[in-house]
This record gives sequence, C-alpha cells and structure tokens, in this order.
Amino acid sequence: MLKVKGFLTAATMLAGASSAYAADLEVTHWWTSGGEAAAVKVFADAVTGAGHNWVDSAIAGGSNARPIIISRISGGDPMGATQLNTGRDAEDLIKAGLMTDLTEIAEKEGWADFIRPAKLLESCTYEGRVYCVPVNIHSFQWMWLNRGVYENNNLAVPANWEEFIETAPKLKEAGITPLAVGGEAWQLTGMANVFQVALGSVDLYRQIKEQKSAEAAGSPEMRKVFEAVAAARGLVDSGYVGRAWNDATNMVITGKAGAQIMGDWAQGEFSLAGQTAGNEYDCLPGLGANPVLDTGGDSFFFPKPNGDQPEIVAAQLEMASLLVSKQVQVDFNLRKGSLPIRGDINLDDANACMKKGISILANPENILPGSEQAFSSDTQGQIEDLWVEFFSSPEMSVDEAQTRFVEIIEYAD
Amino acid sequence: MTVESYEITRAKPSKSSAKEPSGAKPLRRINPTRIMLYSVLLVAAVYYLLPLYVMMMTSLKGLPEIRLGNIFAPPMEVTFAPWAKAWDTACTGLYCEGLKVGFWNSVRITIPSVIMSITIASVNGYALSNWKFKGSEVFFTILIFGSFIPYQVMLYPLVIVTRELGIFGSLQGVIFIHTIFGMPILTLLFRNYFAALPEELFKAARVDGAGFWGIFLKVLVPMSAPIFVVAVILQVTGIWNDFLFGVIFAGVKNFPMTVQLNNIVNTTQGVKEYNVNMAATLLTGAVPLAVYFFSGRFFVRGVAAGAVKG
Amino acid sequence: MSIAKRPNPLFRNLNAKIAALPMIATTLVVFLGCSIWTVIYSFSKSRALPVNEFVGFAQYERLFRTSRWLISLENIVIYGVLSLLISFVIGFILAALIDQKIRFEDTFRTIYLYPFALSFIVTGIVWQWILNPSLGIQETVRSWGFENFTFDLIANRGTVLYALLIAGIWQGTGFVMVLMLAGIRGVDREIWNAARIDGIPVWKTYLFVIVPMMRGVMVTTLVIVAAGIVKLYDLVVAMTQGGPGIASEVPAKYVYDFMFARANVGQALAASTVMLTTVLIILIPWVYLEYGKKKAQR
Repeated sequence: MLKVKGFLTAATMLAGASSAYAADLEVTHWWTSGGEAAAVKVFADAVTGAGHNWVDSAIAGGSNARPIIISRISGGDPMGATQLNTGRDAEDLIKAGLMTDLTEIAEKEGWADFIRPAKLLESCTYEGRVYCVPVNIHSFQWMWLNRGVYENNNLAVPANWEEFIETAPKLKEAGITPLAVGGEAWQLTGMANVFQVALGSVDLYRQIKEQKSAEAAGSPEMRKVFEAVAAARGLVDSGYVGRAWNDATNMVITGKAGAQIMGDWAQGEFSLAGQTAGNEYDCLPGLGANPVLDTGGDSFFFPKPNGDQPEIVAAQLEMASLLVSKQVQVDFNLRKGSLPIRGDINLDDANACMKKGISILANPENILPGSEQAFSSDTQGQIEDLWVEFFSSPEMSVDEAQTRFVEIIEYAD
Repeated sequence: MTVESYEITRAKPSKSSAKEPSGAKPLRRINPTRIMLYSVLLVAAVYYLLPLYVMMMTSLKGLPEIRLGNIFAPPMEVTFAPWAKAWDTACTGLYCEGLKVGFWNSVRITIPSVIMSITIASVNGYALSNWKFKGSEVFFTILIFGSFIPYQVMLYPLVIVTRELGIFGSLQGVIFIHTIFGMPILTLLFRNYFAALPEELFKAARVDGAGFWGIFLKVLVPMSAPIFVVAVILQVTGIWNDFLFGVIFAGVKNFPMTVQLNNIVNTTQGVKEYNVNMAATLLTGAVPLAVYFFSGRFFVRGVAAGAVKG
Repeated sequence: MSIAKRPNPLFRNLNAKIAALPMIATTLVVFLGCSIWTVIYSFSKSRALPVNEFVGFAQYERLFRTSRWLISLENIVIYGVLSLLISFVIGFILAALIDQKIRFEDTFRTIYLYPFALSFIVTGIVWQWILNPSLGIQETVRSWGFENFTFDLIANRGTVLYALLIAGIWQGTGFVMVLMLAGIRGVDREIWNAARIDGIPVWKTYLFVIVPMMRGVMVTTLVIVAAGIVKLYDLVVAMTQGGPGIASEVPAKYVYDFMFARANVGQALAASTVMLTTVLIILIPWVYLEYGKKKAQR
C-alpha cells in the first residue's frame, strides 16, 4: 500500500513538472454510486494529470451534503472545489463574496461561445461575473417504459401519455402497477413539471417558470396538470411512501411496473441491469407529446481560499478550465449518462436515448429552464410541498391545490 | 437540606441491592401467572429482535435472492460476501476501501471525546451538587434547556465559534462539540449521583482539610464507578453513531465511520445493495452493541445508583 | 453550606467556580448565545446566510400560514404525547416483569436495550421494509394465504404516525425500562415487606406505592425522552421522508429543510424560535416547582 502511494506521489510530481504550482484541492460532491464515481474519476484524473492533488471528499445524498458544504464555506473552512446543482443554491454565497471569480478564464477561453444552451452559463453568472462551471445537462422530461410488460399482455407499447392511460386498467388487471413512483417530494414535483409541458404546453411552462405568471398558474391549461396528477394517484401502488427513485426504476426494470416518469439518470439503472433502449425498454422524451428538455444539471463552484493563497486560486482556475475541456466532457458524460455542455464534440458512443436527447438539444426552442434555475430553493420547496401533499391527499380538490399554487407563484422569487 | 439528606441516607442501601430483583418473592415454579409473565416477555422480545433478525438474514443473502424474496425468510444460500465488501471494498466516492478507514477515525474521535466530555461533566455535577454557588442552579437549568435545542439550529454559530478558536475541521473541533452536546444529560446524571451520596462523607473530608479537588479525586471518584460506566456507555453509543458533527467539524481526514455508512447506504444511483447496506450497519453498530452486551448489567446498576434522585 | 470565610461573595467557592467555568461558558455562549442569536435572526429576512435586514413578524406570519408547519406541530404533539405515554407504560411494565426474579434476566434486558445502541440511519430503513405493504409483514402474511390481511400503517396519511411510533418505541423503550428498573430497585426492600404484611396485591404495590416513590427517576426519564421527542428527525427522514405527502412532517425537519435545502434561514429560525418558546413554556413551571420549593424550605 505504501509503495503504491509512493509511486503515485512520484507520478504526480513528475506530471506536475509542467504546472507552475502543485496544490491540494479538496473536492466535495455527492456522486457516490458506481457510475457516478466512474464519472467523477474522469475529473480527478484530469486534475491529477495537471499536477494537483485531488482530495476526494464524497458525502452521499445531496440533502446530506449541501448543509455540510454551505456551512463549511460560510464558516470559513472552504474546500478547493465543490459540486452544487446548477441554479440558485449558491446565490447568497456569491453575494457574500465567498466564491472565486472565474470570469478571467471564462473570457480567455471563450466559454460563452461553446457552452450551450447559453442559459447554463447565465445561471453561473452574477452581475456579469462568472462563478461556476456547468459540467453536464440533466433533464427530467422523460418517461421510461418496460416493453416486455406491454407485449406480454398483448398491448401496444404506448407512444404517448394518452395511450399510456388507456392501457393502465389492463395492466392493473394483470396485477402490474401501471406507474412506478417514489414518495420523495422532488420526484412527484418533477412528474408534475413533465405534465406541465406534455399536457399543458411549452408556453405554459415558460410563463410560469420564467415570468412567474400567476395568471398562467391559474389557467385552465394548468388545471389539466392538476387533474393529471390527481389521476396518477390511481395508477400507483401503496408502497410508494419513502421509496427512492431507483427502487421505482427497478420496478420498471423487473416488470413489476409498466412505466416511470423520471430524469435521464434513470438510464444508468437500465444499462446497469444489462438492458438496452429499444429492446427491453423505451424512452419517451416529453411523454411523447412535446419532446423538449429542461436543463437542470450539476456545476462546480470554487470557494475562495482563506487569506491570500494565489497558488490555490491558480489551481482552481486550472481545474475549471479542465472541467469544460473537450475530452473531459466526452469521457465524463458518457459515464454519467448526462449530456455534455458543449455542442462541438463527438459523442458517437452514446446510446439511443442519449442520441434522442442530443438531437432535441440541437433546436434551442426545445430547451427549457430547469425549475431549480427558475426558482429560489425556497419557492421550489413550497412547490414541492404542495405537489406532494396534493398527490397523497385524495380529498384535496384540484381547485384548492391550484389556488395555493397561484399564491406560491405570485410570491415566487 | 434536611429532607434531602434524609432521602440520601435512605437511597444508599439501594445501590447495594440494585443487583437483585426487589419484586415480590417468586411464586412456585410453574403456574399460570409465570406462564403469562414469560409469554409477555417473549412477545416483547420478538418485537425487539425482529429488525435485527431481518438485518442479519438480509446481510447473508445474495442480491438475486433479495430481489425475489420475502424479507423474513432465512437465506437459501448463505454468503459472507456482503460483509467482506462492506468492510473492505465498498466505494464511497473515489475511494473503495470500505468501512475500515472510518473505523479507526471513529476510534480516534470517540476515545478522547468520551474522556473529555465525562471529565468535564463529572466536575460540573460535583460542583453543582456539593459546592452550590450563587447562580449555579440557573446555569444548570439553562443546560437542561439546552438539551432541547435541535442541533441543526446551532450549526452556524458553532461553526463560527470553532473557527474563532482555530479548531474547526480538526479532531479537537469535533471533540469540543461532543463535549458540549454531551454536557446536559451527563451533568444531570452526575449531579444526581453525587447528590445521592451521603453528606457525611463530604463533611468528614472537609474536616480533614481536603479541598475542592482533593475531595473529588480522593473521595468521590473512587466510589463512583457505576455512574462512570453509565456515562461511558451513553457517550460511546452517542458519539460512535454521530454523523452530523463528525462530518462538519472533524475535517476530511477524520471522517468517522458513519460517513462511510451513510455513503454506502444512501447512494443515490445504481442498484441498491441491501445486503451490503445491512452488513455495513451491523459492522458500524458492532462497537456500541458489544459495549451493551458486555456491560449491560453495569449499566442497570449504574443508572440505579445515579438516577434515583431527581 | 460552604465553610469559606472570605468576605467577597465572588470568591466564595472559588475552586468550584473555576471548575464550573467550562459549563458556564457553554451555557452562556452556546446554549444561551445560540438561542438569542436564533430569536434575533428569526426577525430578519435572511436567506442562505444570516443578514441584518429585519422584517418584523413576517417570517412568523408565513410560518403559521404554511400548512406543512401546522401539520408538523400537530404531528409532534400527537407523537410526543403517545410516545411519552407508551414508552413510560411499556418501559415500566417491562421493568416490573423483569423485576420478578425471572430466569435469563440479562438476556431479556439486553434484547430490550440493544436498539438504543444502533443509529437510525439504517434501522429506519429496516423498519420501512418491515412496514412496507408490498415487502414486509402484510405481504408475508398474505403469502401464507390470508389474502385480505392488511397492515399498511406507513402508507396511509391517517396512520403513518403510528408506523413512526412503532419504530420510535422500539428504539427508546429499552432505555426507559432500564431507568425504571433502576428506580424500582432503588426502593427500599422494607417497603415490600410492609406491603406484603398488609396484604396489598403486587400490582397495587407497584402502582400506588412504588411509582410515587420514583419521582426522581421519572423526572430524569422525562427530560431524556422529551428532549429526544422535540428533536425527532432521523427517524422520519429514514422511514418516511415526511410522507405520504406531508403527513409525517415534524418541526425539526422543517427547521433543517429551511435552514439548508431551502436556503431560508429566517424561516428556519422563526420555526426554531417557536420550538424553543414552547419548550420554555413547558419547562418554566417545572423549574419553578423544583427550585422555588427548595428555596422556600431553606
């Protein structure tokens, strides 16, 4: 063990010859599963290759990691770099001047020219300065179906939500749960957001997310979304309380359930189970109605080191530039199952569903803001509370829920 | 004071008898009451053992069997692979070294934290019971009130306090935090225990010219083994199982075992390896469990001595 | 009670005061300081970080408009009362049973106590499994042929609190039992002899003679159990995540979620101020009784 470590140090030092300073960079993130760890290793290798020392500090579960990350930064014990969701998680930390300003390197390398959609970089920008690096695009707008479940019951595999609803009673008769859901708030909220586009419209989604229009929130179009969520109550099993999303995905994989509405990360589960798109499972972007993508995703922030430590800042800037570089983007996203943030790279190895995603991404009209970019975590949280309460309370009427939704959007920030 | 000292002298013999059941003399061997008694105890035991049983069984099954199966069924094919994996190769982030790394960190956090928190709390309890000063009861009350404050609320201010002390993100930092949060309940226990000791002992030592520390070290500590055992058990359990403080205040190099446990159990993507999860839980719980199994009887005896008086 | 003869009261018991310095510092800086900090910033509009912009009672107005908070309060009251009652009753009964000169006393006691040694990060998951209708008890009993057997506490909003109780009681009663057992055994044996001579039935002796004599144990137990209830968090997160819907939300979770995930420190602190005030309201009469009375005796 010691020998190996010695060798590694030596290797690092050799590689480091090219770099001006070798610095220790502690990186906090919550990518702990097999696929995620493989993806993060791409980053680590790149950073190590540049002569710095990547100190890995993984904490599973975003809800566990976020408090730790935020309290350490605000408490004055900043790490070298940290993962956070693209969006407004870090807004106040930026305002408080706790993040390293990346504008210099971003302008030098012309990030604005190759990062697409442009929204991604915008959400990293505060008062004209760049403070984070978007590393991938995740979208929630997908539905995953088990083909076998339908074929074995002599049903056509649904190509959109309406067909799915039609077949649901027959699946139930066969003892199969039509829709697999997990009880966590973000899962149900994500499903409602998917309905907003697929059963409402792209306009509805944009008006609510971008203009925060209370009028749109109270519109008959939005009412359809509430009705759909109410209808979905009848399509699930009773075991959904506290179920993790990947357990729900597993129900689809094993044929206990027909379908799941979940983001593109669900794909990792199917491929881990040895299934391929088009054979065992199918993917429907935007429920087959409106093939769009919302652009959530992950970014990296670089908290300002304590005091004057130019070598750390230099290492941070170097790491930032590595994260968006072509080869790293390709390797990382193939492992993560997400889409790369730059359009000028070659992704031949991507699977069928990923390619669908890439082609949707080609048209800027199809790109919607993710809800964590549109709303503050506070507003987002209120919306989650509403959806999860509504979904699990059959006696809560559509009108009541929509009235509360309008209220939240009115005060949204 | 008179009422108290009366109670104290009466409470004293209780300690020696604490070992033995004081209930009614047992009736004849087998009769309906006894049968009832044992059946109630057994039913309760089933309720308490059920989760442990499920964890054990699951940790010995392979994944396919878990996916098929009934969680209560014993494994058709016993495998220890999940245990090996949890200890040795389970990945958390980039490092695939299992729980074993965190184990030693937990040891290094737990031992000094337990010693520190107990030392301070026992001195507190002593000062509060034998050397009451103006305001001491007020401080004690605030201390008890403090045990009701949700930890989460105090995270920010404590991060700032430890930063100013220069111990944030270090072993000292996490020891400091455990000492603070162990203080309310431990002080309560020690105060009650010392208050229950006969006043005469204390007075005799004073007459002999012993001072504050002399009395504490030479008279009280030697006869307080039971309550120290209780405090050690409580603290080992609490500190060993702590996740929040360890992860925030200890620094990356000292992440305790629970951080790895959390990482293994709460992995957000990939197939959930329930068998590894359960093995990891049992491995993480092994230290406090062992402490309970081996010192359970002292625990009861110590509590009996310490908690009788309020 | 001190024999020190120094005139300046500040130097009376000087050693004791020095020895108590860590405690004094902790109470003043950490517990009192944090509480005051909490109250002050609960009137601010702090988001991710505390800021000095004050907005009066706005956070409280929002707090009591939020159905999740109201449900959390209701839940903790129901859970707290039931949990206190049940753990005291079961704890006492188990202690009294174990006290009957039984065989294998050590074994039984260890069985009841061991859950206290495990953390909820995972035991919560085990309970979630056992109570989950499609995996646990319900499914197992059905597979034995009782097709209509239903045991889905955790899946219903009306009953999910009882699912939490089952796990909470499982974890906590062992410790209550030990405290009670200690209390029972702390009672003078003469009392038993007297009771037997008077021909009082055993259960009556326990209930009307022993229990009243265990006031000290009861208070200690109450403090420990109640502090645990107020801080209830891990169990909920591990078992239900507050679901179904928001039916099993609790105040500590509200505070934690708003503090970090929702980045609304002001709201979180308003919620914890309400929690702290409630604890104070319950604690003050007790403190008054406890110390007020003693002073009067002196």
